[in-house]
Parts: sequence; structure tokens; C-alpha cells
Amino acid sequence: MPDERKKILEVHHLKQYFNVGKRDEVRAVDDVSFDIYEGETFGLVGESGSGKTTAGRAIIHLYEPTDGQIIFNGRDVSKLHTKAEMHEFRREMQMIFQDPYASLNPRMKVKDIVAEGIDIHGLAKDDADRTKQVEDLLETVGLNKDHSSRYPHEFSGGQRQRIGIARALAVEPKFIIADEPISALDVSIQAQVVNLMKELQVKQNLTYLFIAHDLSMVKYISDRIGVMHYGKILEIGPADEVYGHPLHDYTKSLISAVPVPDPEFERNRKQMPYDESLEKDDKKRRMVEIAPGHFVRAAEDEVAMYTQRAQAAGLITD
Amino acid sequence: MENPENVIEVRNLEIDFHTYAGEVKAIRDVSFDLRKGETLAIVGESGSGKSVTTRSLMGLLAPNAEIKKGSIMFHGEDIIKKSEKDMQHIRGKDIAMIFQDPMTSLDPTMRIGMQIAEPLMKHKGLKKKEAIAQALEMLKLVGITNPEGRINDYPYQFSGGMRQRIVIAIALVCYPEVLIADEPTTALDVTIQAQILDLMKDLQNRIDTSIIFITHDLGVVAGMADRVAVMYAGKIVEYGTVDEIFFNPQHPYTWGLLNSMPTLDTEGGSLSAIPGTPPDLLDPPVGDAFAARSDYAMKIDTEKQPPFFKVSDTHYAATWLLHPDAPKVTPPAEIIRRQKKFAEMQRPEPPIKTATKE
Repeated sequence: MPDERKKILEVHHLKQYFNVGKRDEVRAVDDVSFDIYEGETFGLVGESGSGKTTAGRAIIHLYEPTDGQIIFNGRDVSKLHTKAEMHEFRREMQMIFQDPYASLNPRMKVKDIVAEGIDIHGLAKDDADRTKQVEDLLETVGLNKDHSSRYPHEFSGGQRQRIGIARALAVEPKFIIADEPISALDVSIQAQVVNLMKELQVKQNLTYLFIAHDLSMVKYISDRIGVMHYGKILEIGPADEVYGHPLHDYTKSLISAVPVPDPEFERNRKQMPYDESLEKDDKKRRMVEIAPGHFVRAAEDEVAMYTQRAQAAGLITD
Repeated sequence: MENPENVIEVRNLEIDFHTYAGEVKAIRDVSFDLRKGETLAIVGESGSGKSVTTRSLMGLLAPNAEIKKGSIMFHGEDIIKKSEKDMQHIRGKDIAMIFQDPMTSLDPTMRIGMQIAEPLMKHKGLKKKEAIAQALEMLKLVGITNPEGRINDYPYQFSGGMRQRIVIAIALVCYPEVLIADEPTTALDVTIQAQILDLMKDLQNRIDTSIIFITHDLGVVAGMADRVAVMYAGKIVEYGTVDEIFFNPQHPYTWGLLNSMPTLDTEGGSLSAIPGTPPDLLDPPVGDAFAARSDYAMKIDTEKQPPFFKVSDTHYAATWLLHPDAPKVTPPAEIIRRQKKFAEMQRPEPPIKTATKE
């Protein structure tokens, strides 16, 4: 099924190794490929050490990738050489961080934190315009203009995360990488921030790469999901399909481990075991489209098995 | 003790913190019981007072904290009145604690075998050799593979999940009557979390410990707890059996919590967030502290603190909505769905097994 939508980001065979050639070489991201379409939310889930954060950082070019290609808006990110080109890229792609306590400079006033991008990119005509932009941004994220002359310590975790979002929005980006943006927040505040992100996405036509380990929240916010383990993506598909009918054993095991706020369900929980050796034999594996838009990392002799699973789940008709 | 089944009875506890800004009223008249062999979950947001409550049980409050009122009865004696020296005999022996972060609660310079053996030598007077032998048994019990080969390793040589197993081994090595677990799996991945929770349940059955489980994760509560207490702004606002809290909640805050979580079945639309933020406990609001954030607040909620209204013998909630004169309100759709399920569960046929531990 060819997709009419525009690809805003294409990741081809991305490899991000650390300590290359040494004994302690780490293959944090190992041959990862996926696309993100304009206006969608792509959820990248995985456990700690799976490489999801490294993948996000490599995409926004905080690292020099070991190998592979990242194409953003039709341009190869690794070929952005001049300062002006890099500048433009960084304006279009922004990041929201996990820890709202560590990601805001405690010595800067909120207005200067939010306006930093505006200043760097020269987006304000004069001081009055800068103030106006900051106040509008604070209002957009549910704070008010009185907050602009305060310091980060005067805010709660949820409010700080709103400041972080305002800062990212200040340069009118197209694409936002949100790395665990709600994990540090309380349950009642998480929903506020997620709702805000969804609302902004519609209003400003944003595309999100949402990185998280909280599977229920990722499922809720994402259109499509990629599941990472040991530096590789094992399964990619529409959010409902990946959750409702996971095909890879690792995905099944991961989803079965999510605690559900329902005591009756919990009493009957069956945790699916996962045999890691499945990934560690030396078979050649690649992403195979098992059902439309639903990919699994499989060896040639495993394709039939996954196809059967997809048929049993009703994802494809035979 | 009012009830012989109770291991701990907390009555009318009030704790203030002295800060530069003034007195923070962190715990405001909290009472609860912990029964033998049960798991009591205390749920609440940061700042609700759940950690302070349990630290007071351990005698581990910060120096600027002051217990204004109340009692904590353990073995017929009030813990609050005990000296630090007496507490050192109770801590780790009768009441043990597991903290959130396994990276910081182990001594990085001490071999793990020794760390597990230490409480045995201190509290039970065992010789080093005997203590180490028991530590080895404990390592096997908590599922460390190749315990003989690893007993002399240091914490950094283990993964996060393995470290939390070691922390559990230390906490349980003296077979404490009470185990306080403060967000024990929050720092762990879901698959590891599931293993640790299973391990805790299994060990609880073996050594018959009572557990106070503190967490903000309602999914974990649903799987672990026999009873649940919901805290908000330094008070318990509702408590009951796990089924009563999840399927027949009465306080608007409990509704809000259950309603704001996406489940794996939640479809599109926006989440029902609880608006606003918790109140400042420097100057706690009069009446129901949740009123300012509640869609169901009435005039009296801002005037008078609601007492606990009885829902069943085991279920109480502090909300004026339960007053006979209160208007009937319609809870959020998700809560109605849960209450329907509760009604079905109450029906006599077919006989529903209660959640007994085998």
C-alpha cells in the first residue's frame, strides 16, 4: 500500500557505535531504519539500554553517526556542513527532555530560557516583539505572562515541562523529539502534558518522535510504534496493531509485563517469557513487511511463521 | 493494640516540617492499620505525604521534621517515643525498608555478600561465617544466578534489576515483620519490574511479612495490594480493599486518578487530566483539599473538612458526596464502567473467590 503522505524523516541503516575498535565497543544503535510521516507521532519504545535515546540523539545530530543516513525534509543531515545549514536544521528540529529539573538553567529567568532560541536565530524584530513572542508562547502552553520573570525553581515539575515545551516551540520547529517527556511527572500531571502536546500537534502541524518506556502512554499518543531491543528495531507498525496483535515475541513479552490498573486482570496476568537467544544466533535478519505497514525483523525462514501469526490475528486475509 | 490482627496502628499522625518559608503541614491527621501478612498500598502524588508517613514508621524523618501529634503503635509500644538507639534495634530487624533507587541504596565499596550478612551479625549476633552462609541462601532465594560465584562481587558489577534483588535480600534476611517498599520498581524496566514484583509476592508468602507498598503506579497497586489507601495533600482521602478502590471508588480524587491513566485499551481523544496542581501545604486549604481541582466540589467542601463516611466494613471515603443530604452526581464514564463491573463481582452466583493468597 503506497503511502501518499510526505516523509519528513527517513532513517536508513543508522549505526551509532561507541568506543569503536576497542574491547568495550558498544553498538548502541545497530542498523536501524524507519520513516516518520509529516504530522504523525512515531513512538519509539524499549527498555533501558535498548538504544532508543541514542537513536533520538543521533537523529538530531548530537552525535556523528557511525554509519547510515538520516534524511530530514529531503536533505541528508550528515551533509549539512556550513554553520548556516546546521542552524536551519536545528531550528526545524527541536527536543523536549525527560528531566524538567535538569534541562532548565536555574540561573536564567523563564523569559530568557524561552527566548534563547529566538535570540540565536534572530526571530524577534526588537525587544517588544521578543517579549510579545515569549508571552504568547507561555500562554500557548498554559502558563501566563506573569510567569516570565520568574526562575525555574519557582515552578512545579509539570509547569517546568511546559516551559521546556514553550522553549522548543519558540523557533517554530516542524519536528520535535520528545525523550521521555512525562516519565518524571505525577500521574495527574502526565495527562495534562500529553493533552497539551496533542493539542499543539494539531494546531501547529508538528511531527513527534516520542521516546518512552511507558507503553500505555506511548500507545495512546502514537500513530505508529517501533519497538527497540539491543540496538535494533524488532517490530514497527500501527500503534493499535502492535499493541493488539504483536507479532514479535519480544513485543509480546514487553506488552504482557505492563501493569494494568485493574485488580481482576492482574490476578489472571500471564507474563509471556522471552528467549533472547532468538536475536543472538547468527542468522541474517531484515525488516520484512508481514502485514500492510507492519514490519518485523525476521530471518528468511521465520517469515512464514510471522505471516501465519498475522493471518491468525486477522491482519492479513489469505 | 486495638485489634490483635494489626501489626502496626497509626493514629492521628501529624507531622510538620520547619522551613524558611514557614511550617509545612506534610501529614495532617493520618490513621491506618497494617494487618498481619497483608500488602497495604499507599497511593498518592509527590508531596502527598506517602513517603513521610513511612519514614516516620522507621524513625527516619529529616531533622527539620516535627511530629506534632499522634502515635505509631508497634508491638504495643509507641515508636514515636523510642530513642534512636532503640530504633536501631528495630530497623532492619523488625521493620525493614526497600528504597526506590537500587544504585544509591547499596554501599559501592562493600562486597554484596557482606552487605547481606551485616544485619544478621548486628541484630542476631551471628558469626561472620554463619552470616555469610545465610547470605548465600538469601541470594539463591532472590534469584541471583551463580550465587557462589557472585557473593564476593561489588554492586557495580550487577544490573539495576539484580541490584534491587540484592536490596530485597538485605531487607528480608532478618525475616522482618514489616517491609516498607518505597517505589521499589519505579527505576526498573517493565519486564524487570514484573520479575521483582513476583519475587516480592513469593517471598511474602514464604516468610509471612506485612508489606507497606508506596507507589504512584496504579497498575502496580492493582497487582500487589490487598488494601489501598489513597493520600492527597497530607491526608488519607479514601481506603478500602483493592477491589473496592479500583471498582467502586467514591472520592473525586480517586476518580481523577483512575480516569487520567490511559489503559492499553484507551482509544484516541484527549485524556481526562486533573486540572491544576496540588495545594501548598504551608497553608493547607480549609475543607476538602481536593475541592479546588474537583468538578464535583460543593460549597461545603471549601468550608469544612469531610469526615470518613462508611461505604462498607472495609471501605471508607472522606468526601461530602457521601453525606445523605448531598446531591446525586454522575461520576466520569470510566468510573461508571468500573462500578458496573463491581456490581457484577458482588452478585452471589457464581461464587466469586476472594483474592486469598495460597
